[in-house]
Amino acid sequence: MSDMNEQRRQFLKTSVGAAAVAVAPGMLMFDMARGDTEPVSSKVRWGMLINTENCADCDKCVKACNKENGLSGGLSPTDSQWIRKVELKDMRTERSLALPMMCQHCEEPPCVDVCPTGASFKRADGIVLVDKHLCIGCRYCMMACPYKARSFVHEPLHDQKPDVPRGKGTVESCTMCVQRVDAGKIPACAEACPNKSILFGNLNDPDSEVAKKIRTVASTQIRADLGLDTGLRYQGL
Amino acid sequence: MANHSPMLFRTRLYYALLAAGGLVAMMGLYAAHMMEEHGHIITGMNNQVVWGMPHVFAIFMIVAASGVLNIASIGSVFGKAVYKGRAPLAGMLSIALLAGGLTVLMLDLGRADRIIVAATNFNLTSVFAWNIVLYSGLFTFVALYMWTLLERRMNRWIKPAGLVVFTWRIILTTGTGLIFAFLVARQAYDSAILPPMFLVMSFTWGLAVFHVVQSAMYTWNNRIQDPVILNRMKVLLGIFVLGTLYLVAVYHMTNLYFAKQTAFEHFILVSGGIYPWMFWAGYVVLGSLLPLLLIYHPSLGKPKFVVLASLMVILGAFALLYVFIVGGQAFPLDIFPGYEVTSSFGDGQIGQYQPSLYEFLLGFGGLAIAFLITTVGVHALNFMPPQDQPRTEYK
Repeated sequence: MSDMNEQRRQFLKTSVGAAAVAVAPGMLMFDMARGDTEPVSSKVRWGMLINTENCADCDKCVKACNKENGLSGGLSPTDSQWIRKVELKDMRTERSLALPMMCQHCEEPPCVDVCPTGASFKRADGIVLVDKHLCIGCRYCMMACPYKARSFVHEPLHDQKPDVPRGKGTVESCTMCVQRVDAGKIPACAEACPNKSILFGNLNDPDSEVAKKIRTVASTQIRADLGLDTGLRYQGL
Repeated sequence: MANHSPMLFRTRLYYALLAAGGLVAMMGLYAAHMMEEHGHIITGMNNQVVWGMPHVFAIFMIVAASGVLNIASIGSVFGKAVYKGRAPLAGMLSIALLAGGLTVLMLDLGRADRIIVAATNFNLTSVFAWNIVLYSGLFTFVALYMWTLLERRMNRWIKPAGLVVFTWRIILTTGTGLIFAFLVARQAYDSAILPPMFLVMSFTWGLAVFHVVQSAMYTWNNRIQDPVILNRMKVLLGIFVLGTLYLVAVYHMTNLYFAKQTAFEHFILVSGGIYPWMFWAGYVVLGSLLPLLLIYHPSLGKPKFVVLASLMVILGAFALLYVFIVGGQAFPLDIFPGYEVTSSFGDGQIGQYQPSLYEFLLGFGGLAIAFLITTVGVHALNFMPPQDQPRTEYK
């Protein structure tokens, strides 16, 4: 009888030991992968000031975005375009210009208002995102967005970037490269711009470069009449 | 109701109808499966025209589901005796149409498998989320209402139940109109007239569907509709058709008056290719003027002309919804007022949309589901209006 108890004790010891050895590295990696768990704060409002002066012959921001976020770069009406170059001509004066167009990261985003499940959401720091686990693919946000900033994933995806989740049947748009911003870097488009015409920073910090510049140069929000208080402003429009 | 003679229904025809409806419904499910498998790339929808043919079918059915209850409301809420006997059929048609419409809407989702997410995560600012509550509420309230109609012991609750259904469906169709009315940046939508317009459209389309089903039932039972009642219901359809025409005209007139909207109106009414054609030939002539002629011409009062007028109204409804939903999206967003715009993403260009076969299959699949529920309902329960002449109350 006591022999059997001894065996049982031994068996339990071995099992617990083996389980600990199996689980420990996983726990360690989980902790590492989780990284900085500090929540984002509304003290920060990320935004951009885009100077349209140098945009005429350049599309480096578009290419950088596609590369960073694993987009195909295809231009068919069913392909995703998170950022696009728009050519404008004033109908009265015939003045021409070009600019990069993407999600304007509104303070009052219509896409967030209309989303039935709350998949479209705005982070405390002003970045507007789509939760890929909650999006049911109804496309109401695409109807509501005044900037045509959103794309619907029409086809199965392959070779996605690990830190840029996407999914067939869901809606997506510019994330302001949230994976880079959270790692202390600037968005890919801003980094790629050869003329430093995309100025990224914290609009709430009066000492940030972007906030200083907005105070000194004339800039506009697109469709400011809608009162959405966009996080992106344009210079030279 | 229990001691009415069971409905005469030719058995062979019944099973043939079930088989036909079942086949179309299966094809709809096949289309949904293909869309699930391959993504929306196999439809004609794209990043500019994001809602297409499935939404035309779904919104028609959902709007008609609300409007068909008019027959019930006129009987139960406003006390008109000849409509009371028709209330159960109206209730069942409402459930059938709502089921068909919602099936299409859900199966068109990019992630139809996540419908449970829509049921468990509510964004209270979303008119879409409100509509989820409104639709499930309508199912429940109409079911309760039908219980009060069909179960004699519950008859005394008919009026309150009818009143709840009446109020609920007015709110529901307002909600459907608001889905579009809240789209502030779209020239075609952003308008407070849309909810009342949807409401009157629902009266028209619901009554047209009711006429078609009622006539089919009378034919299969070898019974003839009372000409006085038919005339009354026919004239009611005419008034609703005129009402819809009026609101559609006001919607376009207000847009025409705003300088910023004239380009859009020119596109929809004159230069937009298929859209003006469908608007004028499909909705105005086929869907409104010809039915009005059939309804009001003194020598055309027969039941078959009423059915013909109703079918034309239904076709006109599809034409109007196509122009409203697809045409409204095809016209580019005015992101930079005062500028000519071009880009790789269709800015400043008319959006292209060619509905694919799968979209039609899905849409007809939804209609087939409504048809199946109606056929089985009519077969299993007694929805034949009691003889119309004696204008008695419920016993």
